[in-house]
Amino acid sequence: MDGSELSLSRRDLLIAGAASAAAAAGPAEAATRPPAPRPQAGDVPRSRVSLEVNGTARSLEIDNRTTLLDALREHLHLTGTKKGCDHGQCGACTVLVNGERINACLTLLLMHEGAKVTTIEGLGTPARMHPLQAAFVKHDGYQCGYCTPGQICSAVGALDELRRGVPSHVTTDLGAPPPLSAEELRERMSGNLCRCGAYSNIVDAVSEVEGIRT
Amino acid sequence: MKPFSYERALSPAEAAASVARDPGAKFIAGGTNLLDLMKLQIEAPAHLVDVNGLALDKIEATPDGGLRIGALVRNTALAADERVRRDYAVLARALLAGASGQLRNKATTAGNLLQRTRCPYFYDTDQPCNKRQPGSGCSAIDGFSRQLAVVGGSQACIATHPSDMAVAMRVLDANVETVRSDGRTRVIAIADFHRLPGDTPHIDTALARDELITAVTLPRPPAGTHIYRKVRDRSSYAFALVSVAAIVQRDGTGRVALGGVAPKPWRDPAADAALREGAKAATTHLMAQARPTHDNAFKVALAERTIAAALAQARS
Repeated sequence: MDGSELSLSRRDLLIAGAASAAAAAGPAEAATRPPAPRPQAGDVPRSRVSLEVNGTARSLEIDNRTTLLDALREHLHLTGTKKGCDHGQCGACTVLVNGERINACLTLLLMHEGAKVTTIEGLGTPARMHPLQAAFVKHDGYQCGYCTPGQICSAVGALDELRRGVPSHVTTDLGAPPPLSAEELRERMSGNLCRCGAYSNIVDAVSEVEGIRT
Repeated sequence: MKPFSYERALSPAEAAASVARDPGAKFIAGGTNLLDLMKLQIEAPAHLVDVNGLALDKIEATPDGGLRIGALVRNTALAADERVRRDYAVLARALLAGASGQLRNKATTAGNLLQRTRCPYFYDTDQPCNKRQPGSGCSAIDGFSRQLAVVGGSQACIATHPSDMAVAMRVLDANVETVRSDGRTRVIAIADFHRLPGDTPHIDTALARDELITAVTLPRPPAGTHIYRKVRDRSSYAFALVSVAAIVQRDGTGRVALGGVAPKPWRDPAADAALREGAKAATTHLMAQARPTHDNAFKVALAERTIAAALAQARS
């Protein structure tokens, strides 16, 4: 079922959409261009990345290998975001990028040119806490506190997903908006581990903010 | 992580051309699996071609009544799409059974198909693994194999494919659309997309090095009850021991695919034909060539029971 070059070019143009300049450079031309300059031994490739972090424009010149997590902690000194496993298994590094929760450890800073990043420092301050921060304090939603920034950023993202009607593994009816329930919260927060085991209080805190009875 | 140079691709063919002209280059999309492996130096690309800027993030109706899912559609967006929830519920259910909310927000449709095995020996760089280092041996066959394949493996490798989404794609007869650096496109049936390990377990898929997935298409929505059941060690955020994707008609006929038991989503026409006779008959066909280890023999019985549960769910 191999297609022809002609059909690719047509679809390519449609797919590329706004990137018309790129689509105009045909595949054949692209294939004959020399490789991008390769760094010599000992020369570690670096890039400049500009983005918005907690409402402030930031521009960083970084080693290409820098994850969003390391950029936040080591370069911008926003150490509220925690490094737990560094492999996307624990959720301690959860931040919001363009409003969506992601694992900051499993993404490169240079893939976020122009992005809007919100960390725990951007959600609230000790004097003006985000409602979820206040609820975690009220309900004792932590013990050691290491997973807490990730839990709270994840909860902000999870509640937004719930409000937008994104279903979950425990949503019974895929045709209806997902119900606001503790069961839904527990499933949606499963990417955030708490070794102290404060889960029940975390569910209480998030439930209170969303008006869910537990 | 090894140092790498980086570029943002501006068209699918240009992305493929960039990878073609650099033997150390790899595509990166969501990055949730590739970066994990790069940190462990299991993957060590010298150049990354970032495809996130390509306009491959749409879900569109096809002229024949199906759906074309752009390669970059995120798992969350695909599971939340109204048409997928209504017409391809097995796919929505499979996506929602996988990973975590954070990972689903980043992981893409194409990347999900391309994720590497979670075999513990593939990840353990101190031990031999034919998939990671061809010819070095398989630590899993005589090792801790509880999670690993019972069918479709070889003397060289018994890794499983970890995806839930791909199992639903298999039962839906999805097709994978690709482009290469010379502009050629092709369509690969999902049945032919993932390879069995044989004596070359380091090659996971039918893709050429410079071949970029542009979309996954679904045929017209199949009628029937769509079911995805996943059995795992904890109730959320864990890989499958066994999973079942099934589409079952009122008369008990239907189709079924298994996850967690093989190097690829596991389906057999004879099992589909026998589904009406029940779980035992279907499982007999699916597991006809099974060669379980001491540790994972339980998966053969678990597969039958999970299919039985799916059929019971369809009747209820």
